[in-house]
Amino acid sequence: MTHSYGMKHLRCILFTVLSCTLISTAQAADSFITVASTTSTEQSGLFGYLLPIFEKQNAIKVHVVALGTGQALDVARRGDADVVFVHDPAAEQKFLAEGQGVVRQEVMYNDFVLIGPKADPAHIGGSKDILVALRKIEAAHAPFVSRGDKSGTHAAELRLWVEAGIDLDKAKGPWYRDTGSGMGPSLNTAAAMNAYLLSDRGTWLNFKNRQNLAILIQGDNRLFNQYGVMLVNPAKHPDVKREAGQTFIDWLVSDFGQRVISDYKIGGEQLFFPNAKRSP
Amino acid sequence: MEALSVAFGLVTAGDVKLLSIVGLSLSVSLSAALIAALFALPTGALIAVGRFPGRQTLTIIVNGFMGLPAVVVGLLVYLLLSRAGPLGSFGILFTPTAMVIAQAVLVVPLLTALTRQIVEDTWRQYKEQLDSLGASTIQATATLLWDTRHSLFTVLLAGFGRAVSEVGAVMIVGGNIDGVTRVMTTAIALETSKGDLPLALALGLILIVLVLTINALAFATREWAQHRFG
Repeated sequence: MTHSYGMKHLRCILFTVLSCTLISTAQAADSFITVASTTSTEQSGLFGYLLPIFEKQNAIKVHVVALGTGQALDVARRGDADVVFVHDPAAEQKFLAEGQGVVRQEVMYNDFVLIGPKADPAHIGGSKDILVALRKIEAAHAPFVSRGDKSGTHAAELRLWVEAGIDLDKAKGPWYRDTGSGMGPSLNTAAAMNAYLLSDRGTWLNFKNRQNLAILIQGDNRLFNQYGVMLVNPAKHPDVKREAGQTFIDWLVSDFGQRVISDYKIGGEQLFFPNAKRSP
Repeated sequence: MEALSVAFGLVTAGDVKLLSIVGLSLSVSLSAALIAALFALPTGALIAVGRFPGRQTLTIIVNGFMGLPAVVVGLLVYLLLSRAGPLGSFGILFTPTAMVIAQAVLVVPLLTALTRQIVEDTWRQYKEQLDSLGASTIQATATLLWDTRHSLFTVLLAGFGRAVSEVGAVMIVGGNIDGVTRVMTTAIALETSKGDLPLALALGLILIVLVLTINALAFATREWAQHRFG
């Protein structure tokens, strides 16, 4: 008797658990889109501020998977996202050229900043020139943390080293520390070992474990950081939710969406600057 | 200390978001452990009792896979469930279902290996008796599973513990989507990323207390069942 009671009980629990999981998946199935985006938009808190406003106006839930730009584009290449919202124009153009995206629209920008220890062992402070700063860091072999994860910020960092005329393959040494992780973890690493690193301003502003780090270089035009949005090509990936995805994109570049982006502030400081081009 | 007060504040405030994250952690990992057990318990017992070629190799493989890296399981399940993968048409990537699948795969070897060991030890004691009764392999397996049920309950808890504590697999197949697939471990990883270490640690403390509570409840239930039903 106890045997059959136990089994029946177990089966009952299992059935409940299984059906709960299935139901919760099914309910969400028709009215959400998946957006592959970057850690900077998520960890800066922008999505946490912006998405509830969008979801209130439209009956569409937005599921954000926050990855580095390179990984976000790869997820979209496999058809696992409806929209990509990233910040590496060169990689985005490549994505478009492959026929993976429909149209790329610019949404907003902010800038990268060079973060470093307040003591500034490589003496880079006081100037605006990012290239001079990188050359000094390399010459001093001061600890430098790189994302090393094919993210937008990583791509920007590599571009800047090339512009500074430094061949990283040759110059790399123990001073150049490749963390292979997101912006936040890299900031934690840099804080722990008093290293320099390139960060997007949004993540830095929202970052709490700063220890001895501070912004040392900012305002160089080369530190411009453009974000773009694309619908994943439904012709290539038939499961893409074209209409809902397009609704989200149209909202982001609309006057209202742009105003919401500029309204997002931390400590009175605006994080992202809308710059969508008005459609003719 | 700051983490303790943050944890206390979160719990006493009954934060809705925290509750839903805790709920998802529990339901995903309990489902995964139970589903894995459905497969692993009979399989482990059959490996213990059965006599077939390659049995020792299989035992070694299963034991070795107890150390399966969660991130590898996550990657494999991701490739399976991705739209471009063989099971892509179900569209369950980045859902709690995908997380249940990944964690179930992760704990199957652990449950199988522990079950095999427990059943085999018991089988040595009962072998002659079962043989003299003329029990078939299947009958012997079922009997032994039932007789070792109290030990197997601890095995199930080990499976749940492994599932609820891992972050690598659920991060990849769940995507850590706010309000949809964010569980305790991925929330802790995210807060660490943001550099909010006190909040991350507070969430960690809550997770540990939760797992302890479940184990205490399970222990009490087991004691009660042992007294009540023998």
